[in-house]
Amino acid sequence: MNFPDATRVFLNQTGEISRFAFRFFRQGLRTRYEWQELLRQCYIVGYKSLPLAALTAFIMGLVLTMQLHPTMVYYGVEAMIPAMVGISIVREIGPILTALIFAGKIGSSIGAELGSMKVTEQIDAMEVSGTNPFKYLVVTRTLASVLMLPVLVILSDAVSLYGSYLGINLYEQVQFNLFFKQILDSLAYQDVVPAIVKTFFFGFAVGIIGCFQGYNSSKGTEGVGRSANAAVVVSSVLIFILDLIAVQVADLL
Amino acid sequence: MKHQTDTRETVIAVKGLCKSFGSHRVLDHFDLTLQRGESLVVLGRSGSGKSVLIKCIIGLIRPDHGKITVLDENVLTLDHKAMDKMRMKVGFLFQSNALYDSMTVRENLEFPLRRHAFRMGQQEVDDLVMEALKNVGLEHTVDMMPVELSGGMRKRIALARTLILKPEIILYDEPTTGLDPITSREIINLINTIGEKYHTASIIITHDMKCVQLTAQRVAMLIDGRCYATGTYDALKNNPDEKINLFFQ
Repeated sequence: MNFPDATRVFLNQTGEISRFAFRFFRQGLRTRYEWQELLRQCYIVGYKSLPLAALTAFIMGLVLTMQLHPTMVYYGVEAMIPAMVGISIVREIGPILTALIFAGKIGSSIGAELGSMKVTEQIDAMEVSGTNPFKYLVVTRTLASVLMLPVLVILSDAVSLYGSYLGINLYEQVQFNLFFKQILDSLAYQDVVPAIVKTFFFGFAVGIIGCFQGYNSSKGTEGVGRSANAAVVVSSVLIFILDLIAVQVADLL
Repeated sequence: MKHQTDTRETVIAVKGLCKSFGSHRVLDHFDLTLQRGESLVVLGRSGSGKSVLIKCIIGLIRPDHGKITVLDENVLTLDHKAMDKMRMKVGFLFQSNALYDSMTVRENLEFPLRRHAFRMGQQEVDDLVMEALKNVGLEHTVDMMPVELSGGMRKRIALARTLILKPEIILYDEPTTGLDPITSREIINLINTIGEKYHTASIIITHDMKCVQLTAQRVAMLIDGRCYATGTYDALKNNPDEKINLFFQ
């Protein structure tokens, strides 16, 4: 059966990524864990992404509230703003926005870093130095992404809700305790848990795609740029696909 | 000054090595031997498969056919542990130096030590790092980042990293490419000094004729994927064969 070129390339790429992901699980379970490198990556991937994630989350919470306010006032339901903003941020906007920022910052950085290591033979040098480069580079970075994105999402959600609190206070006086009590009252278990669980998958997507693109980089410095770009594009698309699946699964539960 | 071969024990034997990339056959039944303490230069045109050859020897590229024996071990049948053990005895100087950009010079040099001999104490590691840096005359760069170093300094640091495990064999991938003539000469002198001091056997991949002349005890010509001819620099230079003569014109 003959596939068109684009379809064949897409299927090939999907197969390669699946094989790469399978290798991650196989290598990740083997002994000689790279704890030191994992901690270093958690610091880079998590802590160093926090200011950017927090800033965008804060602006999003503020803007969302400012844009919602006139409409809610028009319908006379401005008292529902905290609940509405709370649910939308915790369930969808927080995880998706943070994951996309994360893909842009971390996905591209992993893709470019591993890509340049590949073209300057640093990955080969690691292998010659008695190190399994896949474990040292791919497993640690992907695992750090899986572990750190949920933490970033939780913190971003909190900052975003604080932004929303400030936003609503631009129009009327609302007490801090009352605002957050209303949000917590409106949130149910099925709002919070699936929203957090899916961020582990988002983190995995960003980490594994960034590593895959970088690790398979070729064609010199041009290839490094392409790897970084492809890491962001593919992982962003994958985040939306995973989100779609997560919504369907959460609805079934 | 070229160091002398002290024994005739074979440390590397390559037999019938074949490697193709797609339809392009790079190595075609290539044969080669390296004796203990010997300095062998593999000379060939760009893209002729010289780097592929030494990457096959160190196990970074798997050949299609053939047999590679390094220090009595068949490289193609080694498992990961045995391969790591073999690689402790074989240093590799990459063409691009391959220094880890995110690490200081000290961390770059410590890396192979920590991976191969992770029970070593800090003092012992520090001593070995300083000794390796002293060998290349760059002790003052220990806390610098690779990006702060010149091309020649990077090459010497890469050489120090290769030396730190005191290998029995060193594979040099185009050690003088991209360097100015003076720095090239310094690197060539360093290669000869290391050979004399540690009695290492070495395969030097190059197309720099000055490097060939000054380092080679024996030259192997890689032409059309095969070991076309071997001999001393002078013998090959006086060889009337047209394909060989092209390199010496």
